[in-house]
This record gives sequence, structure tokens and C-alpha cells, in this order.
Amino acid sequence: MRDPVRHSNGDPRPLLLANARVVDPSRGADFHGDVFIADGVVKDAAFGIANAGPPDGAEVVDCRGAVVAPGLVDMRAFAGEPGAEPRETLASASLAAAAGGVTTLICQPDTDPVVDEPAIVDFILRRARDTAVVRVHPMAAITKGLKGEEMTEIGLLTAAGAVAFTDGHASIPSAQVLRRALTYARDFDALIVHHTEDATMSGGAMNQGEFAARLGLGGVPKSAETIVLERDVRLVGDARGRYHAAAVTCAESLAVLERAKAAGLPVTASASINHLTFNELDIGSYRTFFKLKPPLRAEDDRKALIRALASGLIDVVVSDHLPQDVEGKRLPFSEAEPGALGLETLLAAALRLVHADEIDLVSLLFALSTRPAQILGLKGGTLKAGAPADVIVFDPHQAYVLDKRDLKSRSRNTPFDEARLDGRVLRTIVAGQTVYEYV
Amino acid sequence: MTSAPFASAFTLSGRDLLGIEGLSAPEIVGLLDLAEEFIVLNRQIEKKRTTLRGRTQINLFFEASTRTQSSFEIAGKRLGADVMNMSVSSSSLKKGETLIDTAITLNAMHPDILVVRHHASGAVALLARKVDCCVVNAGDGAHEHPTQALLDALTIRRNKGRIEGLTVAICGDVLHSRVARSNILLLGALGANVRVVAPSTLLPAGIENFGVEVHRSMASGLDGADIVMMLRIQRERMAGSFIPSVKEYFHFFGLDEDKLKRAKPDALVMHPGPMNRGVEIDSSVADGPQSLIREQVEMGVAVRMAVLDALARKLPNA
Repeated sequence: MRDPVRHSNGDPRPLLLANARVVDPSRGADFHGDVFIADGVVKDAAFGIANAGPPDGAEVVDCRGAVVAPGLVDMRAFAGEPGAEPRETLASASLAAAAGGVTTLICQPDTDPVVDEPAIVDFILRRARDTAVVRVHPMAAITKGLKGEEMTEIGLLTAAGAVAFTDGHASIPSAQVLRRALTYARDFDALIVHHTEDATMSGGAMNQGEFAARLGLGGVPKSAETIVLERDVRLVGDARGRYHAAAVTCAESLAVLERAKAAGLPVTASASINHLTFNELDIGSYRTFFKLKPPLRAEDDRKALIRALASGLIDVVVSDHLPQDVEGKRLPFSEAEPGALGLETLLAAALRLVHADEIDLVSLLFALSTRPAQILGLKGGTLKAGAPADVIVFDPHQAYVLDKRDLKSRSRNTPFDEARLDGRVLRTIVAGQTVYEYV
Repeated sequence: MTSAPFASAFTLSGRDLLGIEGLSAPEIVGLLDLAEEFIVLNRQIEKKRTTLRGRTQINLFFEASTRTQSSFEIAGKRLGADVMNMSVSSSSLKKGETLIDTAITLNAMHPDILVVRHHASGAVALLARKVDCCVVNAGDGAHEHPTQALLDALTIRRNKGRIEGLTVAICGDVLHSRVARSNILLLGALGANVRVVAPSTLLPAGIENFGVEVHRSMASGLDGADIVMMLRIQRERMAGSFIPSVKEYFHFFGLDEDKLKRAKPDALVMHPGPMNRGVEIDSSVADGPQSLIREQVEMGVAVRMAVLDALARKLPNA
């Protein structure tokens, strides 16, 4: 497989990240020490490397007070290309990713044209190689044109470099189509990532319930999600293909997930950072930046998601980065486009859960780096010797108020505008090369 | 008639030939041996026998067929029968007549042999219960196609000298294939090691209990095979329902020279026809030195003569 990272002129200098709090979730480690990077890989992460004097020619970075961890792997980000370049490009998305500590970005296939042919996978990998500063891997569509009818060339797309298959924010209505796709994908050990939302019940603008009723907005019931997830789990039982629920949002879905995992099915799941940090009340007076698909749920659901994340029932946290232009959001709530920026705020927002003592840092970073890398079969998400040097340095306590004008994305639809965040990415390293530094 | 006496008074235990299931290994071998004699006959100028003289054979095809129907027609005529072809798709069926009514109508005309193909599994057996003559299954749905399996076995035996101990890889749309089911039964009964090779979407559930090895890649499925038997895949199954596309299918499961190299150097290639060139099989292989595809057609006539002959000996007044 090609290396999707842009190559610089010559190798970067070896780097010693010294005096850090080193967190390596791939081995459950959290200790005071140093991380030495050279030749694009992690050479060592241990206590006292710096005591022996810095290795020859190495640049030494004093990381006192900061955390050094594997770069984040974001399984769900819309990166604009091809077809939506005014909203985002692979270049702008990758800059946002780097600023947010994301070193591997998995872009989504709901582009124009849809990523349903090997040539388009190839196009994205070439564009990313030439323009992106972080690693980019595309997911390809499960069905041609995202129409939910005919499966794509899963074998040839895998060979071209697609790391998984998803119909993006579209749910496949036909059980037979999904069943065959799961069955076929198994032969290639391909992962099917499915948006679980019944199309006939997801026409509303927000979570169904009292608040939607007060706002006079159409609601999307939780059962729209749970019914599809329940169906999918049965299909996985038949087909035995690897399945990942793209974004679960409610307590009822967690019960389904728990049963599937207890039965030993190859089922994993993500929750989006939005659903872990906001609830339906954040919509306030029709604030369209909080219009999401699936919608924000009740506070009880958010609490349940956090518990599931802490217990490992939810495997992965995704940004669900979905840039929208002003025209798409400056509309009545029910007519506005769904989606929120997420790449650049992913880590800082997730650290809110740590600061609130709802999850420990190692478990959080496991769900943001190690676990998605494992599920996708990628090498990142670890600081073990020999691993690719995709590493971040961040200060978990640095406080600031987010100004959306500072964001690297081409769009501005962040739900964190003017919000206080605690946690700042100081440096992002991809394949041993510093691609972002906070100054 | 004056030619050498035939092997036999060989007969089958049943009145009909509805499938390989129900045939014993000695019956299968007996049919193959009998067919050998017809191969000789068919290569002579004078190809006629009188075994079926005075008999009426109706080829009742509810599903279009070229090679099987003409093969049964020639077989019947060479044995001396009066052969009538009926393509039901174009007549009664359109008028709403049920299968059983058709059977009763034809039965009243006192045929001796009915050769039946139907698109529904089990339809030939259903029809057989309603008529007094003997019935030959020329293919029912995705169930059985016994004369195809017999002609395949005859072709293999003549080229390899045996069937027992050979490794036969049956590749492609096993799910919808009556040829695959009959071959699995027959080759298994004669002691071959049978493999099926297909993407999971084209394998029926429970196939591993058929006494076959299941492979999901051509590389492992063809490894060390003596016989590579390709199956036809229907066009309508190629556009994203069972497999994504012709291109992807050919890439992973189409038999080309590269994939064939996985099999033994003297491996032989078979296909029941009609072929989709460039879909399940590449022309260079289909027309290449390892191909038995044309010989299969020749064996088809001989095997069907053997079947008709053996069944005719049990007809009343035979």
C-alpha cells in the first residue's frame, strides 16, 4: 500500500520529546518519561532516555506539563473532495486534523462523485499524498451511488486502498442488500460501517420528545436507530462479516450492542464527540449548528454513552466532521443542513469527559487512537517501538475560548464557538515530521 | 441390428431418472459403461439403433435450452424413437394451464418417455407422479441436472482413466447451479475429492455439510486440482446483487491462465455451457489445450442415449 503522507525533502531530524507524561493506550501505559523518534518511527518510549544525553543530532523538545500520546485516528470525517471543495478540501481538512491532534483521517464516500469505484479511491489517495499533511485513508461506498441497491466492487476497492465500506449518512433500507454485502465483504475481511437510522422515521429535525414538541419541530425517535441496529446485528449473526455501527446515540442502542458483543459477534461501534458532549437542549433557540444526523438526544442518553465509552462497550469516538457553508446553516432549523465541524476540537472536547472524571485519559485515548487503528487494520495508535511516529503533544489543562475564525477548516459550523475548552494540541507529528505546532 | 452385443441388459432400479440422488454407485458406473458403447456408435456413419422403435419421446421444456434439448432429441432419434419437442413457455403456460394439467394432458397421448426441464426445483418429480411413462429430468431449478453430471463424469473418466481420488474444483455460482448439485453427488459417490469455490454470496447455506471442501478464493480452491469445473453465472446476478460487477467477478473468480496455474500442470478444464467468455472463463482457457468443453458436448449425446436405453428396457412390453 502507498504511503499517503506527503514526503518532505530529506528526512526530518530525530526528535526527543522529553519530560512528558507519556500515555500509550495500546499497552495501557501512563508514565513520566521520554519518547524518541527517528527515521519516521517511534524508537523508544520510556523513562530516562534523556538522562543519557540527547541522541546524536536529535532536536530535544521539553514537554514538561504536557502529554505525549499516539496521534488520533478519526474514523468519520467528511473531507469535501471530490465535489464539495468550497466547504472543505483534503488539504484544509488535514490542516484542521493536524491542529486537532488527528494524524489519520478516514474520509467518507458521500462525495460527488460518490467513492464507489477504484479510480476515485485512487484519486483521493493521490490528492491526499500531494496536498494533505496527515495520513488520509478513504472509506468506499457499500452500494453504488449510495442508493442502497447494488453492492460496490468491494474486492477491487479494497485492493485500491479503501479501508472500510460505508454509505456515509445514508442507511441501507433493504435487509437483503446489507446481508449480501456483509456476506461478500467477509471474503475480503472488509469492514462494513453502517449509519443506523431508518429512513422512513428520520425525516424530523431533532430528537423526538418534549423539547421537539415545544419547539414545534418534527422528531426522530430513538427507535429509528435501534430498529436498524437490531436488524443489522441479526444480519451479522447470519453473515458473520465485520460490522461497525457508525454512530450510536441512545441508551436503547447500547443494550442491543451489549447483547451482540456478548454473543461474540464481530460488531463494534462509534459514538460521535457531539453526542458525548451535547444534548438536545443545546439546540436552544433553533441553533442550526447543533442540527445533526442522527440528532442530539436527551441528557440521560449522553450519560449512558459516556458510561459505555468508559466500559469499552463503545469502541471508538469519531469527530463526524461535516463542514457546511453559511448558506446551508443560515436557514430555518428544519430546513438547515445537518452536521458540525469536529476535527479541530475533537481532543479538546473529549478532554471535557476526563476533566469531569467521567473517563480516565488512557481509556479515552484508546478510543481515539488505538481502537480505531485496530478496527481498521492500520499501524498507528501506539507508541510501541517500530510504530509509525504519528505522535501528538498536548497540554490537557490549557484553557481558552474558541473563536471559530481561528479554525483551519474552510467552513465555520462549529458548535464550540465561544465555548471554553481545556486542552490544547501543542505539536502534531506524522511519520516523524512535525506537521503542526501551536505558537 | 448387427453390431456387437451391448453390455447389457443393464437397467436402472427406478422407472425414472430424476436425479443423481437415488442412484447407486454401480448404477452410475453401469450408465457410464453403456455410454462408452454409444460413443463408438456415434462416431460411425450408421448411428441408428432400434431400441426405442415405436416409442414416443416428448421433450417437454419449460425453460429455454439449446444444447440439452437437441442432445436429447438426437439421442432419442438415434435409438429409433419418435421425438417431439414441446416448448411450453410459448404455449399452454401462457394460457394459464398448471403443470399438473399439462402432465395429465400429455399422459393421455400415451408417450413412453418424457424428458422434462422446468425452472422450479422439484417440478419434474411432481410431474413424474402424475404420468404413467418414464420421466427423465433434464434440469429442475437449482436442484438437479443428472445427465449433465453423468456426461461430466464420462468426460473425466475417459481423460483421466478414473474418478476415484481425483480432486475436482467446482467454481462459480454454486448457489443457483443444478449442475453443481448433481456433480457434487455423483463425484462424491465415485470417490472424488470435491471442492466448491465461490464468493460467500454464491454459496448455499450449509454447503459444508455436502461432503465438499469449501473455498472462497481461486488460489486455494484450485491448488493441486485435477479438474477445474467452471459454472455459468447468469447476467442478472452480476450487477450488484450477488456480486458487484463483471469486472470484479472476472478479476477474483474468472478462470484465466494465471489462476489455472494453481491447479496441477495436467489439470483439465470443463464448463457445462453456454459460456460467458470474459466473465467466468477467459477465451484463452476455454479454447486452450487443457479444455474439455467440446468433448463434453459429444459425451452428452452418448450419455443420454445410455439413459434412454437403460430406462427403455424397463418399459412395459420391452
